[in-house]
Amino acid sequence: MELWYTEQHTDNVRFSIKVDKHLYTGQSEFQRIDVFKSKEFGTFFTLDGLMMVTEKDEFIYHDMIVHVPMATNPKIKNVLVIGAGDGGTVRELTRYDSIENIDMVEIDKLVVDVCREHLPQTACKLDDPRVQLYFEDGLKFVRSKENTYDLIIVDSTDPFGPGEGLFTKEFYGNCFKALKDDGILVNQHESPYYEGYAKSMQRAHKRIREFFPVCRVYQAHIPTYPSGHWLFGFASKKYDPLIDVDELAWNSLGLQTKYYNTEIHKGCFALPNYVRDLLNGAED
Amino acid sequence: MYSHKQEKAPIYEALLKHKSMRVVPFDVPGHKQGRGNPELREFLGEKCLSVDVNAMKPLDNLGHPVSVIKEAEELAADAFGAHHAFFMVNGTTSAVQAMIMSVCKQGDKIIMPRNVHKSAINALIICGAIPVYVNPGVNKKLGIPLGMSTEEVKRAIERNPEAKAIFINNPTYYGVCSDLKMITQLAHQNNMLVLVDEAHGTHFYFGEDMPVSAMAAGADMAAVSMHKTGGSLSQSSFLLIGKRLSIGHVRQIINLTQTTSGSYLLLSSLDISRRNLALDGKNIFAKATALAEYGREEINKIGGYYAFSTELINGDSVFDFDRTKLSVHTREIGLAGVEVYDILRDDYDIQIEFGDIGNILAIISVGDRALALERLVSSLAEIKRRYMKDKTGMLDYEYINPQVVIPPQQAFYSEQHSVSIKASAGYTSGEFVMAYPPGIPILAPGERITEEIIDYIAYSKEKGSFLTGTEDMSIENIRIVEE
Repeated sequence: MELWYTEQHTDNVRFSIKVDKHLYTGQSEFQRIDVFKSKEFGTFFTLDGLMMVTEKDEFIYHDMIVHVPMATNPKIKNVLVIGAGDGGTVRELTRYDSIENIDMVEIDKLVVDVCREHLPQTACKLDDPRVQLYFEDGLKFVRSKENTYDLIIVDSTDPFGPGEGLFTKEFYGNCFKALKDDGILVNQHESPYYEGYAKSMQRAHKRIREFFPVCRVYQAHIPTYPSGHWLFGFASKKYDPLIDVDELAWNSLGLQTKYYNTEIHKGCFALPNYVRDLLNGAED
Repeated sequence: MYSHKQEKAPIYEALLKHKSMRVVPFDVPGHKQGRGNPELREFLGEKCLSVDVNAMKPLDNLGHPVSVIKEAEELAADAFGAHHAFFMVNGTTSAVQAMIMSVCKQGDKIIMPRNVHKSAINALIICGAIPVYVNPGVNKKLGIPLGMSTEEVKRAIERNPEAKAIFINNPTYYGVCSDLKMITQLAHQNNMLVLVDEAHGTHFYFGEDMPVSAMAAGADMAAVSMHKTGGSLSQSSFLLIGKRLSIGHVRQIINLTQTTSGSYLLLSSLDISRRNLALDGKNIFAKATALAEYGREEINKIGGYYAFSTELINGDSVFDFDRTKLSVHTREIGLAGVEVYDILRDDYDIQIEFGDIGNILAIISVGDRALALERLVSSLAEIKRRYMKDKTGMLDYEYINPQVVIPPQQAFYSEQHSVSIKASAGYTSGEFVMAYPPGIPILAPGERITEEIIDYIAYSKEKGSFLTGTEDMSIENIRIVEE
């Protein structure tokens, strides 16, 4: 018998992983959650059938969403993480002793519960004393915050379903308000390659650009995400990740990372021409 | 609460059967189940076009129902607690007009608040009835017209004992309800009928802890916009009647203007929605109410905005309040409702029902989700942060007492000519001017144009209201009655 997980990357493109075992399936108030075990990618979990995290390549995503802003401003102390129910982003953040507080806001408690059980590789630091977990809509949480955070990381699903509110103008505006004067916003920024994802990327970019004086996009290569070419948004009120990156400070921390290094940091903001064109032409 | 028979949906079931029989169509509509219009079929779906059919023996005939439509009407009447229910496919506008035309002839008087929908005044133009306006009163702070005060109605009845009917909004667009039971009693004691525009009150028939519905209050006719909060397709509606009216007479009136090609898409949507609300309406509207209450609470937390509710109840002109309406007063943040409406639409991709001079209204109904509501609340918070300004210089009234010079029909059909609105003060208007939505006339045919009205029109225009009603599409000129 052969058991395959298949994600429809577009109407005409499919991506499949051979599955050893279906470890979990459940329906929360918001979405369907599944956990699989596979030879190639280890344990991985999906939301509404869409790939979220695999044990084998999650380091790329989590390195890039955390260490880029942290190397830009090593003085970051108070962090808000939105989404990120698998815990991987929090795990990377807790490696910085300088961080004093991490508020993590995940709309779906069941995602966290399932990841704690099946994906300890990412969920292992959710009980760190600096971490406060809030199970509510990120859009709602950030509404009441003002001048509070040094860094906001939006580690969300795609902009349809429960993640849709996290790609909206009102959300980015509220994040701007919730950040301190030197605050940084990093977000999962979709992919430029397939048209559906590229549209989301353009809309997100256009909206962030309306609020933040510094607004850049960087890339990473994530084998299990559609097209494998994934983007992150870097927006800030003050720091430019290319000018203000403190290589010495970051390297002196001696953090062992599998993907990120300060050379990648400088290189990842260099984008292919077609991506630059998409971003420059970003309109509604 | 409802018997098992509410599980039936006769029109829907007949359409399913019709489909399964693969009948060969040599009748209209000419698209022949979509085959003749592949682009439309691709867009709307094969399923949709295959039931866009004409009246035929197994599917009954809307103008003269004897089988499945008749049965569906009886089920609807049962669900709404009415003597009879008519399926309407020309919008609630047609239901409102059928109510007035069923009870008023040329020259008959009808008592109504001036903040009626234009469809009611249009009916007066058609049938020649004479309006007796009751001032609905205004909440000064919010600048919204209220319900009908019982005292005002009493006075109108005393002065016009020959009036045939009283027309009531239940609720108003903003959610305000009048004392329907008391007014109905008064009317019946004086041999008048009670007609209720319940365009925004479908849920009163199914939800718990709702304001009283027209049929429950003993009113004689009600126009219920099933499509507004009940889930059916746009333009579909119910006309409900009580025992004082003859079913046959009302049907004759409806058939004067109703299409003879009643859409089965609309009819089946009414049938299915009625079933859904009869079986599950209690839960559906409990959820809608909870969402609206949550939205109100969160919006009021932002500060500046005022999402109003049952605290407005004063036992008279606000006898009750529809809590599913999310009406928000915006003037304190220095923005007209219509400005907030525009920003929400243009900058935040959020479409709300309407914005007027001082308020916005979001409709919460059968199809709403908590996540979407969070977007609305967060956007309002952002709009306040980014656009709040000083409120001085903002207009703070809404209701202008009309000076009726001649009845609407006479004005509409009299000799007229066009003048600039700016120079029209003192003349009698030959046409409507209204902001849409809500579609409540600022001016109606036969009313005196005053400086106050001209200022109001100019202000509404400046703030971005979508003005309609005049022949002149740019609303610069108005046709006046030649005297």
